[in-house]
Amino acid sequence: MRIVFKTSYLQDIRPWKDGYQLSLYLILLACALAAPLLLDDFYLGELTNVLIWAIAGMGLMVLTGHTGQASLGHAAFLAIGCYANIILLEQGLPFLLAFPLAGLITGVLGVIIAIPALRMHGIYLAIATLALSVLMDDIIVLSEPLTGGVAGKFAPPVRVFGIEIDRWGTPRAFYWLVLAVVVIVTLGYINLLRAPLGRSFIAVRDSEVSAQAMGVHIARTKVMSFFLSCAVTGLAGALMGLFAGAFNNETFSVVISILLLMMIVIGGLGSIHGAFFGAIVIGFLPQFLSISKEWVGALIGGNTVAIPGLETGVFGLILIFFVLFEPMGIYGRWLKIRTWFELFPFYRRDMFKRQKSYLKTERLR
Amino acid sequence: MSLLTLDNVTLRFGGLTAVDALSFSVEPGEVFAIVGPNGAGKSTVFNLISRFYDPASGSIRLENDDLLAHESSDIANLGIARTFQNIELFEHATVLQNLLVGRHRHRRSTMLSELFFLPSVRRAEIENREKVEEIIDFLDLQPHRDKMIAGLPYGVRKVVEVARALATGPRLLLLDEPASGLSVEETSDMRWWIEDIRRQMGITVLMVEHDMGLVSGVSDRVLAMADGARLALGTPEEVQSHPAVIEAYLGRAS
Repeated sequence: MRIVFKTSYLQDIRPWKDGYQLSLYLILLACALAAPLLLDDFYLGELTNVLIWAIAGMGLMVLTGHTGQASLGHAAFLAIGCYANIILLEQGLPFLLAFPLAGLITGVLGVIIAIPALRMHGIYLAIATLALSVLMDDIIVLSEPLTGGVAGKFAPPVRVFGIEIDRWGTPRAFYWLVLAVVVIVTLGYINLLRAPLGRSFIAVRDSEVSAQAMGVHIARTKVMSFFLSCAVTGLAGALMGLFAGAFNNETFSVVISILLLMMIVIGGLGSIHGAFFGAIVIGFLPQFLSISKEWVGALIGGNTVAIPGLETGVFGLILIFFVLFEPMGIYGRWLKIRTWFELFPFYRRDMFKRQKSYLKTERLR
Repeated sequence: MSLLTLDNVTLRFGGLTAVDALSFSVEPGEVFAIVGPNGAGKSTVFNLISRFYDPASGSIRLENDDLLAHESSDIANLGIARTFQNIELFEHATVLQNLLVGRHRHRRSTMLSELFFLPSVRRAEIENREKVEEIIDFLDLQPHRDKMIAGLPYGVRKVVEVARALATGPRLLLLDEPASGLSVEETSDMRWWIEDIRRQMGITVLMVEHDMGLVSGVSDRVLAMADGARLALGTPEEVQSHPAVIEAYLGRAS
């Protein structure tokens, strides 16, 4: 186990533990930057998809993983971000202006929706946001002049600093654009978590009563969390629109909302890593399944058979498996494996077992 | 002038009068204890001061400031910090993060400056850590600094709660049963800490406690309550020998 002696407060405030950890992340970033040179267009596209999902996952992670507010409505915010971005682009705004504006619009709409939802907890909030997700479909169809209704819209190629970026024409440039957004959002998220606002999110998640007694304004904090969460989700939605090329009212269905929530649960609630791990599972699983289906088909000598609902079934099984055996998600499992190696041979089975929480002060409202 | 004054405060839950025309005042620099049988309304008094409940009548003042005009999230800002009877820590955060939440009322930065972690945010964070580190040192929490609350034993959690309340930099500290569930040794530690909090830090302490050894050891004045009303008020000896108090605890000799 590496023991780090801290000799200054700055050393404790900075996001990395020591030079070793920093260099690992820098190597990871270098690999991500070099990926277009190593991968063919198909896999690069898949990787881009995973990164976009990771942004959406970070958006939901702020709200659900760190503030403890379950949302089954985040597909609606993906949709708002996507449509806002395209509509602003169609009005002739440059991408570098339309894209952040789309995030801002989504964030503000998120706050407007959040205000009535502030008094709701747990399952009730989940149901209310689920309703939002269901409504979004109809809202898009009804506001046809703006959204194109059932026919949908097509994403135009965008220009950044004079370079034309298009998902199909220039997949490498599109990948780098997405990667840049990922890096910016991740850095912002890291900063948030080491600043007072991020800590007040965690405080609201773990105990509203004592957060209040420490001077945290619960409603205001939740509104901030909704704003940041929805804004980042809106950015992911805008990128999803550009990535898909064409979309309509059915693109951002309730299923996407559920998938997004599943993703962060599988990845590990309450950690930035969790959003990325979850995105890798959600992004690569369909490809993995279709490849292994072909492989099995070749093995038994028959044609590949279509099994309806296979993907959903496997997703469901994975989720059940995680909830039962690893509630901390992939990130939690990763922490355990790492600790096992670091402490070898002194790792104890119950090292990560948590004591049952003690009786909570009865809820006051 | 008294630091905290409750004047004729009444609180009803439906038909039950939880606090019945209660009046008392806490002087600056003293340790004031509230004792009484279970259900006497002691914790309810704390929840009234924390503004979790609105009293039906009466007034609560901090010096000249009317507490009833403030929201519960403002109370920490006025310099009142508290602990909870059934520990209410932020379970999935480290001890250090818990104490840093205690510094929340000193937050001056905006969301945008925190997202970029501007130098001003960095400076404020260093200042927060300096203050928190003093408290960690004071309460001997160094071995637990970076541990998750969820893995800590009960006795340490109790101390972390006191530490988090102190981190807010209060004038008045409300301790809700600081010694409940502690061993004899931990209770005597708590006793020295309460005395040091008053003497070294100059913080006024208002506490609810069942352990009469601790109460008579540290407190200057004791208020005995039963059924939401005041039974007796005075020095620990006076209250302990007061006939009404003995009756409330032991019943009437027939």
